[in-house]
Amino acid sequence: MFGIARTIWDIFLHGFRRRVTRQYPEQPAYLPPRWRGRIILSRDPDGGERCVACYLCAIACPVDCIALQATEDSTGRRYPEFFRINFSRCIFCGYCEEACPTYAIQLTPDFEMSEYRRPNLVYEKEDLLIAGPGKYPGYNFWRVAGVSIGGKDKGEAENEAPPADLHQLLP
Amino acid sequence: MISPHPIFSLVGILLVVLGIASGLIWLERRLLALWQDRYGPNRVGPFGLLQVLADMIKIFAKEDWVPPFATSKVIFVLAPAVIILTVLMSFTVIPVAPGIVISDLNIGLLFFLAMSSLGVYSIVLAGWASNNKYSLLGGLRAAAQMLSYEVFMGLSLMGVVLLAGTFRLSGIVAAQRRLWFVVPQFLGFLLFLIAGLAETRRLPFDLPEAESELVAGFHSEYSGMKFGMFFVGEYIGITLISAMIAILFFGGWRGPLLPPLVWFLLKVFVFLGFFILMRASLPRPRFDQLMAWAWKLMLPLALGNLLVTGAVVLAMHG
Amino acid sequence: MATIYIDGRPYAVDARQNLLHACLSLGFNLPYFCWHPALGSVGACRQCAIKQFRGPEDQRGKLVMACMTAASEGARISIADAEAVAFRAGIIEGMMQNHPHDCPVCDEGGECHLQDMTVMTGHDYRRYRFAKRTFRNQYLGPLVHHEMNRCIQCYRCVRFYREYAGGRDFNVFGIRNLAYFGRYQDGVLESEFSGNLDEVCPTGVFTDATHKRHYTRKWDMQFAPSICPHCGVGCNLSPGERYGMLRRIVNRYHGGLNGYFLCDRGRYGYEFVNGDQRLRQPRLRLAGGPQSLPQKQAAELLGEWLADDRVIGIGSPRASLEANFALRAVVGARHFYAGVADAELALLRLALEILRRQPAAPLRSMESADAVLVLGEDVTNTAPRMALSLRQAVRQQPMQALEALKIPAWLDHAARELAQQRRGPFYIAAPAATRLDDIARELWRGAPEELARLGFAVAHALAPESPAVAGLAPEAAALAGRIAAALRSAQRPLVVSGLGCRSTELLQAAANIAAALRRLNKNNGRNSPKANSTAEARPDDSSSENDARLALAVPEANSLGLALLDPHPLSQALDAVRAGAATVIVLENDLYRRLPAGEMQSLASGLDRLIALDCIETPTTRQARLALPAAAWAEDDGTFINYEGRAQRYYAAYPPPGEMQASWRWLRDALAVAGREAGRWETLDDVLRALAAEFPDLAAAATAAPPESFRIHGEKVPRQPHRFSGRTAMSANLNVSEPAPPPDPDTPLAFSMEGAPTQPPAAILPFAWAPGWNSYQAWNKLQREIDGPLRGGNPGVRVWPAPSSGERYFRDVPPPPAARAGEWRAVPLYHIFGSEELSRLAPGISQLSPQPYLALSEADAARLGLGAGEALVLILESQRFTLPLVIRPDLAPGLAGVPAGLGPLQGLALPAWCRIERA
Repeated sequence: MFGIARTIWDIFLHGFRRRVTRQYPEQPAYLPPRWRGRIILSRDPDGGERCVACYLCAIACPVDCIALQATEDSTGRRYPEFFRINFSRCIFCGYCEEACPTYAIQLTPDFEMSEYRRPNLVYEKEDLLIAGPGKYPGYNFWRVAGVSIGGKDKGEAENEAPPADLHQLLP
Repeated sequence: MISPHPIFSLVGILLVVLGIASGLIWLERRLLALWQDRYGPNRVGPFGLLQVLADMIKIFAKEDWVPPFATSKVIFVLAPAVIILTVLMSFTVIPVAPGIVISDLNIGLLFFLAMSSLGVYSIVLAGWASNNKYSLLGGLRAAAQMLSYEVFMGLSLMGVVLLAGTFRLSGIVAAQRRLWFVVPQFLGFLLFLIAGLAETRRLPFDLPEAESELVAGFHSEYSGMKFGMFFVGEYIGITLISAMIAILFFGGWRGPLLPPLVWFLLKVFVFLGFFILMRASLPRPRFDQLMAWAWKLMLPLALGNLLVTGAVVLAMHG
Repeated sequence: MATIYIDGRPYAVDARQNLLHACLSLGFNLPYFCWHPALGSVGACRQCAIKQFRGPEDQRGKLVMACMTAASEGARISIADAEAVAFRAGIIEGMMQNHPHDCPVCDEGGECHLQDMTVMTGHDYRRYRFAKRTFRNQYLGPLVHHEMNRCIQCYRCVRFYREYAGGRDFNVFGIRNLAYFGRYQDGVLESEFSGNLDEVCPTGVFTDATHKRHYTRKWDMQFAPSICPHCGVGCNLSPGERYGMLRRIVNRYHGGLNGYFLCDRGRYGYEFVNGDQRLRQPRLRLAGGPQSLPQKQAAELLGEWLADDRVIGIGSPRASLEANFALRAVVGARHFYAGVADAELALLRLALEILRRQPAAPLRSMESADAVLVLGEDVTNTAPRMALSLRQAVRQQPMQALEALKIPAWLDHAARELAQQRRGPFYIAAPAATRLDDIARELWRGAPEELARLGFAVAHALAPESPAVAGLAPEAAALAGRIAAALRSAQRPLVVSGLGCRSTELLQAAANIAAALRRLNKNNGRNSPKANSTAEARPDDSSSENDARLALAVPEANSLGLALLDPHPLSQALDAVRAGAATVIVLENDLYRRLPAGEMQSLASGLDRLIALDCIETPTTRQARLALPAAAWAEDDGTFINYEGRAQRYYAAYPPPGEMQASWRWLRDALAVAGREAGRWETLDDVLRALAAEFPDLAAAATAAPPESFRIHGEKVPRQPHRFSGRTAMSANLNVSEPAPPPDPDTPLAFSMEGAPTQPPAAILPFAWAPGWNSYQAWNKLQREIDGPLRGGNPGVRVWPAPSSGERYFRDVPPPPAARAGEWRAVPLYHIFGSEELSRLAPGISQLSPQPYLALSEADAARLGLGAGEALVLILESQRFTLPLVIRPDLAPGLAGVPAGLGPLQGLALPAWCRIERA
């Protein structure tokens, strides 16, 4: 019985304490750099699109909110013909970023994307692409991958020997 | 003081009661926030006061849905009206200030008890008509809880009646000219306070709706304004209990300096605040604990209080 | 059977097999690369290493390759042994030393055997720090893409291409760790089966070049169990769709038919579905020009026109049984005509008559034939997949020596080493060279009648009851004797013919030979002995298939189905039009391919209302008053009856888009408008029920696959893999709320990723997948035993009962063809790429298809003093065609080879006498 009265009294005293609420829009929130918010597509250090349309983000997405279509330029460099994220479904889990083998898809510290109309939350590639490499400045998938694209022939990637000469028969 | 025509009292009291009930929505959220070191609604209008308006617009705009599987659609619709009706009826006998009362019945206290007993029908019928196991469980809990607590609620007030010698509420207020009954009837006050909480199904006695186990119990299936009526009914209910506490134990409108109406409202709001503080601080008991307290603790205490009071009164007057 | 012990537990396995085969059959996950169920073991990759113990007390054991070790009685092995596990991980690590870092842009990713095996063995980090070896790629044609860096040197491709499929322009080059798989120089792969490299290669060295242009990962495609529409063999396919576009075809394993392989026409012909030659909108031709109609209005118009009772219908050998039957129900049996030339219909009826007496051999049992006579059919170009099976047959006789040497048949390298260049008896008699000539023991060239005479002579040599051939040339008689001797001494002889030469006598001759062989078989009491062969007849095929001695190639996917519906000849339709029929419905058929252009013109001009229902734009649809867009085969459900009389159901990979719908639904809707009683079908099953009621013979077609009501644990079978992605985004640009999956009232399959989680019956199994097995190798996990039928049996049912006795001989031996002065016998020459109507519309196929030409033999060209490429005029009855000359040394003299189905030559009635002039 005393315990109940004591509880009531303690709670009553809380009426004279400082409030802990942060008045959000007036006092902006601090978001750490690795906050998982709005998704972007980055470019590699040479300015080319990093996304190679491998579909791994799409399969990793637990809410299936990423759809894309691969295509190739004349030199064999693969890129997405379209790349669509339905942010009205996205849960910002970051699995797409984890799955991405080229650091193309990245989550940014931004979550303020309210819209009055749901279709405005459907982002196409043009809405997603940013100008720089985002969190991973140095990486370029095509310099590592063993396929040739425009400006990079076979054997010119990192850690590659020049193309084999099939006519030499030295042991 | 000239007493206004009862019709003015009626309209005035109705408006004030409904105003308080809706204002309570805001007040409760603000006070809960205060006691939880938060702000509560503070965005809509000054101090968030227009939150009430926003909530009202929202609740009116909601789909007014009657479940197609309801046991009886008529009863489903009627149930929320019953609770509003019974609680508002109780206000007819409440003397707000000298002369400001709709109908100063000589059995005012009994009328109040009768009306609060009728209130249980609303809950039971709502739970049954919803045709949903959680709602039905909620309704049954409400019936058992309210019946049990009514028993000693009435008994706890008999001490006051004995001291005042009347069931007329204005008479009881008049009888407290010298001393508020809370002093001689402190036990009765405590018992009535607890019974009042249980009657209005307020926390910690909100077992009929217990969202963690019964997903809102008897009003699971209610939406829109029908849900709103249960909601407002509850706030009018605690206003009523607060008013009764003020009248029965704290001298009603009596007080120095300030006009009687202000004193009355002041007392009512103190108890409203206390109800909200209870909600902020106490956890919900188990249902068996609830019933055990009613029958094994509260009822004997109420009977004892009645016996002692009766004996003292007999001794003093005898 | 033998009992072997795997990790201490006993299992019963097939003693004739190796341990890898045994382990996989038992459901163990044992990684492998170079082994392939159809190619046998060579032990090249060292990936399937296991521990073998000498006995129960042996604790040390030794590492052996499971694929190279026989599953002998009492063998004790361990898969989980730590040393074996480490060895396998090491092998993968070694292979990955040079593997390029390009899975994200590799078309094999997600269905890559190398990925699966890497995950299975646990290798995940490249420790090797030195440079990776690289290669340059080759251009291998419009169908196959080459990315040589990915190679792990398992040698599967070269073993398939050279040894299994008989290709010559592909090999392994280089030395030591620079083994290079490709052609000697860039160029189109010659083999008609080169597309199988995509599935044979365990990684992404060879990928589908057509798929690359609209690439979609396997997990993102919606698949359907389907049947190939491009010839009469009826190979099982798994077409995949995404975003409303057909993306690619892969093989769907069928234990009795196509097994693991497809031909390139079947694999790459699909692109016609996406092409701009599709008919997409109902179209009414008015005086002021064509006008597009919405679907409902078009159906109403069709219904109004049907109210007239002078309506006739022309069926189609490439439309489903259901569509043809619906048309027949609409116009009535009296007004239902075959959509093929009269001669072809007569041949189909004859083929049906023969096949009701002589069971046809399924492809897989052809592989175990030990003596083969191909009579007048260029199988590679008319029923391509059959040629690949026939190619295996020449191995049978040399492999009989394996038993004496105690070499198991699966030990592929040893078996081939033993056989060297020895081949079993294989005879080809054809008007011109065929792509199987390289394996033939003897060849015979001639006009169809001469070939038929040779066939009759063989039959007579086998069974004296069969009619004798008078006046046979001595060489032919001698050859007939040799062929007869070879067939007689064989265990499982086979005669293959078909409708390619469009010759009745040829079919009759083949039937006589088959009848004689069956008689011999019975008399000798041989009951298809189970000898040591790599590809025995599958146990679930009835014994009648085991002693099937005949196969007749039919021209189109549902040729036999159309003939079974009892249509009237096409010429009678022309008569009916002349007699006043005002409305003609042409079902999924281009009559310009069936009739000479002149006749077709006169038919169309004499008509008030020509209605064409088709999935593609053809000259017929352009001519039609009302053209209605039908669903293409990949968007439609239906039944085809293949060359052996097997009814097989194919299913839509996606619902027909836009205004298109299934042909039977067009006809059904029109009937409802016309207010007819007949044809109130709601679902495909209703059509099949009506079909069974009208044709008790065809009742079996309804049981070819489970009905719509079939459920597994109350659920439909999902068409999409369970990791199908993008569901909430694929159409978000149009509507942010996801549409409900389209309903499928006709089939037990759902256009969804949700549904029954277990393996469905083979007939409705849309694609191959098993946990941990994302590549095509997952078929191993879905078979009853490795290389056997899928669980639940081979899909499809034979529509007529197995014949008991069929020894009746055709007696009309044709006289030797008399040469006519100044005239040539025009015979059709077929092309795998180009002769078939639908596949030639696919861009990849059309690139490889030849231009129209006229072929003459070397002798004839020399006699006339003509040079190759010279423009000639072919005069056939009243028609004249100017064509470049192609000199074919292989063509029999006196014949003029005319490419079938190409350009303006497509409606010709061949064989026929023709004249040739200089242009």
